[in-house]
Order: sequence, then structure tokens, then C-alpha cells
Amino acid sequence: MTGITSEAPSRPNVRFRQVGRPLTRTDAPGKVAGRTPYAGDYVMPDMLHMRVVRADVASARLVRLDVSRARALQGVACALTAADLPDRAVSTDIPGQVGRKRLDTGQQILVRERVRYFGEPLALIAAETRDVADHALELVEAELEPIPGVYDPVEAMQPGAPIVTEPDNIVAERRIRKGDVEAGFAEADVIVENTFRTPFQEHAFLEPEVGLAWVDENDVVNIRVSTQVIEHFRPIADAIGVPHNKVRIRGALVGGGFGGKEDLTVEIYLALLARRTGRPVRLEYTREDSFVGHGKRHPFVLTYRTGVTRDGRITALDVRMVADSGAYVFLSPYVLLYALVAAPGPYRVDNLDVFARAVATNNMFTSAFRGFGALQACAAYEQQMDEVAKAIGLDRMELRRRNFLKTGEPMSTGFVPPSAIWTDRCAERAWAALGEPTPARGPIRIGRGIGCYQQSYGRLTFLHDTSEAWVGVEMDGTVVVRSGVTDIGAGQVSALGQIAVEALGTTLDNVVVYNSDSAVTPLAGTTTATRALYMTGNAVKQAAEAVRARLVERAARAFGVAPDDVDMGFNEVFVAERPDRSMPLVELVRICGAEGIHRSELAMFRAPFTDFLDPETGQGQAHPDYAYGAHAVEVAVDVDTGEVEVLKSVAAHDVGQCINPAAVEGQIQGGAQNGQGYALSEEMLYEEGRLITPSFSEYLMPTAMDMPKVECIILESRSGVGPYGAKGIGEPAMTPVAPAIANAVADAIGVRVFEMPITPERIVRALKRRDGTGRLDSPA
Amino acid sequence: MSNERTITLRVNGREERGRFPAHRTLLEALREIGHMEVKCGCEKGDCGACAVLVDGMAVDSCLTLAWTAEGAEITTVRGLGDLESLHPVQQAFADGGAAQCGYCIPGIVIAAKAIIDEHPEPTEDDVRLGLSGNLCRCTGYTKVFEAVSEAAAVIRAGRSGQ
Repeated sequence: MTGITSEAPSRPNVRFRQVGRPLTRTDAPGKVAGRTPYAGDYVMPDMLHMRVVRADVASARLVRLDVSRARALQGVACALTAADLPDRAVSTDIPGQVGRKRLDTGQQILVRERVRYFGEPLALIAAETRDVADHALELVEAELEPIPGVYDPVEAMQPGAPIVTEPDNIVAERRIRKGDVEAGFAEADVIVENTFRTPFQEHAFLEPEVGLAWVDENDVVNIRVSTQVIEHFRPIADAIGVPHNKVRIRGALVGGGFGGKEDLTVEIYLALLARRTGRPVRLEYTREDSFVGHGKRHPFVLTYRTGVTRDGRITALDVRMVADSGAYVFLSPYVLLYALVAAPGPYRVDNLDVFARAVATNNMFTSAFRGFGALQACAAYEQQMDEVAKAIGLDRMELRRRNFLKTGEPMSTGFVPPSAIWTDRCAERAWAALGEPTPARGPIRIGRGIGCYQQSYGRLTFLHDTSEAWVGVEMDGTVVVRSGVTDIGAGQVSALGQIAVEALGTTLDNVVVYNSDSAVTPLAGTTTATRALYMTGNAVKQAAEAVRARLVERAARAFGVAPDDVDMGFNEVFVAERPDRSMPLVELVRICGAEGIHRSELAMFRAPFTDFLDPETGQGQAHPDYAYGAHAVEVAVDVDTGEVEVLKSVAAHDVGQCINPAAVEGQIQGGAQNGQGYALSEEMLYEEGRLITPSFSEYLMPTAMDMPKVECIILESRSGVGPYGAKGIGEPAMTPVAPAIANAVADAIGVRVFEMPITPERIVRALKRRDGTGRLDSPA
Repeated sequence: MSNERTITLRVNGREERGRFPAHRTLLEALREIGHMEVKCGCEKGDCGACAVLVDGMAVDSCLTLAWTAEGAEITTVRGLGDLESLHPVQQAFADGGAAQCGYCIPGIVIAAKAIIDEHPEPTEDDVRLGLSGNLCRCTGYTKVFEAVSEAAAVIRAGRSGQ
């Protein structure tokens, strides 16, 4: 199913023995054997069980909250409300390493006066058993007086709209102005304008939020928790009023993240009750808690106005974006920035005006989700490319070919990405791989679509991102890596192991990676933003190569050759040109040990540090680098029922350099599923802010019955800024999928559904509108 | 509570006792007696993460009451094989890269075992239908399908003495 193409502008800088191979991941045996403990599998003696009491309306004033009956219930150890807490907010920001925070991003820990979204926590309960906690939940009496709310971001900007965030609900506003847009439109032969809508999306990791907290002998609050970000120990400490070194996060292998475990989830509730009760406390969200308890993907309304010449040259682009930020700020300003920067896609647009706003409503707050705003932009710009092609009567692949941004050219912010831009060859490969078209039959129409993308990897450069890793060689030649990175299922830890053993001349079964402990593993930053391999991979490589250099130098003396002549692999150290002159790695390590040669190293990798983009023009560097690629699909649409089946799904990505090809394929195939659900079936329905689809029987992810086998074409330009020229694949895997499907559906039925998800109902409605019947109940 | 009863559950070939109320699900009961390999994803029978074999049939343990499983032969993912001797299904999942975050895998491995028990030479439809009650958010199922086919082939080869 997979082809790997290495068309390298430069040859690999080492002869790989471990990197680039589809090795069985270090975490795989434990997972398939049921031996891997997740955060929810830890228990402690004398442990209490927690539940969160939530508001059942989206906008209200808290008139009265009475927990006395819950407190009186036998077996209840503690019931906590805002009245029991100091009036302190939790920062929802990600300050990065610069230590600065945005203003006004705080969220109340528990509702004090005002309920701003459905499910906002009112009280916390800890009890001897889960049954008692469940019972106590029902005994809490909350009197909520409804306040008019606002549930649409466009309405929330109108004069007189209910105010969720002072003064005007606008939580962020960003702009790009580049070139001369008026002149560009004047030059255009045709101007195409369309508005696209993208929906909320639920991360739907299979492991609901869960954690266990206790206070140890040093008065440190320990929290074993499922999270993408162990460095939340700082905002947790700030929120509960203790020094930063008095909170310790111990992660575990995470049962899925996708951005949904990037913000704080259960940590503060656990910390508060562990301190209050002096006992270990455990909190596991129910699936319904999870649906209402963490931020969703931002819905966007995106209006694209494109000026184009008859021969397919884009002369101007004007983009207006409105994102629904929900009831709290969280990462909205950053998500908006990603969307802004991504607005033109992987195309050269010299005359560009982008205006993006994130607006507060009483909907569920929105925050990080795989693709992080750039995905929503892609959903719009790739559909717009097909509409532009249609408007000028040009083949859609040809329109793209004529406008692709090329290596060395400036992107939307004027920044020139340092790596290769291979969108063209990815798109050609994916499109060609669709092969012979499936024939249409009866009411079944066949259509094809493509999505091309630009997606950053690595965090915003003004956050001054760093990552640390420690690598050491034991006396028996085995390798230890210590790094705070969290593994959210993509094989982050195993990839670090592969990099370490590549440098140290051994094999993957000879390394143990200790990760995800904020107190004892060097801090590596977040597993978000497609940064783990780029940042921590580079840090591990730096550390391992420093150790390697010292080992090699000693071996060179033993062999009487220059260090450059020494190589290591498969537990042997040898003269590169004379492999018969060798010694076992363990022997070399023993010599180094006896002579006090340092066999370990702590390294820090620093991303480029920049200032913020120019606030007026949006020009400057936003990210370290970008990934490029394409996804192509063929769909079958039943025009009677509106049902869509994805027949073929092909991805072609330039990943720079594969560390583990099997893991890369896994990311791509999972991204295809995540994007397919987003395009077709995953729908969060809210009524006045109240979620009415809080289960997997109502919120429909693609199942084994819905997914085609996803074909992966992996290209390796070896030009990225990650280890060995790697880029990143976590977010890119998903970004182009939904617009490819939308374009295929439009190709199949000749009419576009401008709002996702493209449900059977919307398809049938669009067909009725086109056929002029207007009425849904009229005979077809 | 008064409606509690001590029952004996036969799990992975061993008899284990626990005292549970009538409403305790098999999922909760198994975890209470230490079978943390059985995962809770929804408690509503939507996701399949909690699947175990009960007398050879894959069932959602969150929809099964513990009392009703008394006397039955219960098999969790740990009953199939261990780290030192993985079951062919487990081996195929590990080597084929079919486990990512792995949280759904204890249930999916059980479902795969049930598919292969029923269809030693499963068709693609057999595999898809057999896995339709198990949600996975990481893999897109492609490698899961491949792993099930691979495991079935290995088991067939083993049976025919090859």
C-alpha cells in the first residue's frame, strides 16, 4: 500500500542503521499484551473518587448553590464550591518560554456568579466510592437564573448582542496586508467569491480525561494524569497558590490527544481536593463529561474572494474569517494566527488581504485540535481553488500547478520557508494513484477531489520554544534517554529511542526512554503543534551525538586512527574501512567508565526565536518551517439518499525524512479517518449552547465499515529542520483530507455543499435547490 | 448496600472472587479485582474498548452485569498471551504498527480473536463487520485490517502444521 520516494536534494548525512526502518515500536508489545498502564489504571490505598457537578444551561446567573445535602451523605469526604476557594482564575494561555502571558485569559475554577457555557463546573465532590460520588452529585442543588446568551459568532459581533467577553466579544483580531489587493483585483479577468462554513469537532480520544493526585512527604502535589503537556504544573501551582516546585506532573502513555489534552483538564480539581482532604483522589471523566469538559475545534466562517486571470494566475486574494471562540479565550488567538498565516494555502499570492477575528459566544470554548486553524483555512482555500477553476474553465490540477508556491519563494507573511516545497510532486503522485475511475451506476455518482496544503511544524517562533533531553550509555552498553516529552500515541518515545540508538551504534531493543515527569525528566515542552519530533528529536540527537563523539574519540585512540575513521553499529565499534578492526561497544564503554570519560549528556535544542509578526501587515516569521503535501480521494454519492462512500483515499506527503515509516503511515491513515469524519459525519449539535449529541451513538466517527484502506505515498526531501532533515506529519496528515472529500462530492453531484459536515441531508437539500424543486418533501 | 453478593468470576482460566452490588457491570468488576487491561471508553456500548470474550463471544463488558457472568469463561486481552509469548493476533498488531495510542487495542484484539475464531479465513467484509463495534481514533483501521488478516494467516499456518 505504500511507496517511499527519496528524491533527496542532499544525501543523508549518516548511513542509517536504525532510522528510516519500520521497526516495531518500543511501546507496541506492552499495548497489545494489555500490560501498559494508562493514567486511569493507577490506584492508591485510601483513595477518594471525584465527580464534577456541571451547569445544565449555557448562560445564567448562579443564584444559589447548596451542597449541604451532598456533604451530609455518608461516605462523602468533601464537596467544594467557589465559595470555598480564593477568587483566583486559571490562566488558559500557553506562555511558552518567554514567561509573558496574555491579558484576560483567565477562567474561573468553579462558577462564582456567572455560567458562561453548558457544562461549566459548579462544584467538586470526593467520596469513598464512585457510587457515593455519583449519588452525591444528584443531591447538589443549583438555582440558575437564565441570562440571554449568544450562540453565533457573527451575531455576537452585532451591536446589542449579549456580552460574554468585555468589551465587545472580540477576543482576537489579526491581519495580513501584502502587495496591492485593489490593483490585483483590477488586473483579474474573473473574481470568485464564496463563503465556507466549518463545524465544531470533538477530539474523541478513546481514553477520557483521567488523573490521580496525592500530596507527598515533601508537600508536593503529585498528579498522574493523561496529558499532552506536563508543564502545566506552573499554571496549576499558580491557581492553587503554591510555588511551582510544589506541583509534579507524572504523565503516562496517553490514550489519544489530538489537541484535546493540550489544555488543563482534570488537574486543578484533583490538586485542590488532594490538598483539601489530605488523601489520594482520582477523577475519571465519563464520556459525557469529556464531550462537555474540554475545548473543541473552532467553527469558522470563511469568505474567500479570489481575483484570477483567464489563464489561471491568481492576482489577488481577500479573505475574511470569523472563528467561534466559545465562552473562554483558551488558545483562540493562536489558532486564529495559524488560520491567518495559512489563508492562501500553498500558493503564491502577492496581493493578499486577510482579516481574521475570533469571537466569544456562549458555546463550548474552543481551543487546540490537530490542524489548529490552518486546517480550517485549508478546508476553505482548497474548495475555493476548485470553484475558481470551474469559473474560468480550467482543469483544477492545472490551476494548482500554475500557482503553487515553490521552494525559495516567500509565503503569506513574506517569510521564505527554509525547506523544500514539494506540493507539486505530492499532488501529482496522489492524483495519479487514484488509478482507473470507478464506473457510475444508477443513482450512484462518482467524483474525485484533491486537497493540497501548507502546515507548520514547530510552535510559533515568538514563543521561543526549547526542548531538553538527556542521553547516557550504561556500563553494559544499553542506552537511557530521559526527556519530559509526552507520548500521545504516535510513537514519539519510540522515535526518540531510534534516534539515540542510531547515534550510539546499538539497536532499538537496547534503549529505554524515561519520559513525561515534570520533576525528574528534563523539560521537553509540549507534544503539540507537530513539534515533538522536530524539537525533542533534535535535542536527543544533539545529546546522543555528543556522547558518541567522546566514545568515538576514545575508540580512535585504541585503533590508532582518526575519529572520523571510526563507525559504530549493531553494538560494534570499528574502523569504517576495515570492519575487521573492531571491538564490542560494551568493551569501549567499559574503558570509558574506567577512565572517567563522560558517558552522558544533557542537551537543549532551541527553535528560531523571533519577535511577533508586524501587527499592521502580518509580515515576518511565524513558525520554524512548513510541511507540504496532498490528499486525493474518490467518492461515490447516492443522489437519492445523499449518502457518501469514500472509495479511495490516497495521501502523498513530503515528511522530510522518515524516522519510522510504519509510524508515519499510521499518522497518515489516522489523519485520513479524522478528516473524513470532519468532512462527512461528525456533528456536534447544540441547542442554545446545550450539547445534544454527547455520545458516540450520536456523534458519528468513521468506523471500520466506513474507512477505505488508506494508501500512503511518502516522499523524503531530507530538507526539513527536524533530525536528519525530518519535517513533521502529525497535523499535516489530517489538514487536506476534508476539502479533498468536499471537492470530490461536488465533482460527483455537480453542486457544492458549502457547509461541513456534508451530511446526506445537506446533499439532498443542495440537489433539490439546484433542481429547482425547492421543497424537500416533493417527489424526486 | 444490602443487595451485594460475593461472586466467583473465572477470568483467563483463574477463579477470582469479588463482592459486588447487582448493578455493577462486568467492566467495573474486572477493574475492581485488578484487570486494568480492560478499558473504559464510554460505558454505553458505543466504543468497544471494554470488549472481553465471555464463553468465546466478544461482548462489551460495560453492558454486561457482573452477576450474570458468574460461571462463564471470561477472557481478557491478557488471557490471550503475555509479553514473553504473544498470541499471533497480538504479535501481528505489534509488528504491523496497528497499535498507536493503544487504548482501544485490548478491545480490538479481543474482537479480532473472535473474528478469526469464527472465520479462520476472514474476508474483508468479515473483518470490517467484526470490528464495527470497536472505535479507534488513531489508526484509520488500515493497519488493523492488515494485522487481522496477517494473524489469521499465521494461525491457519500453525493449525496445518506449517
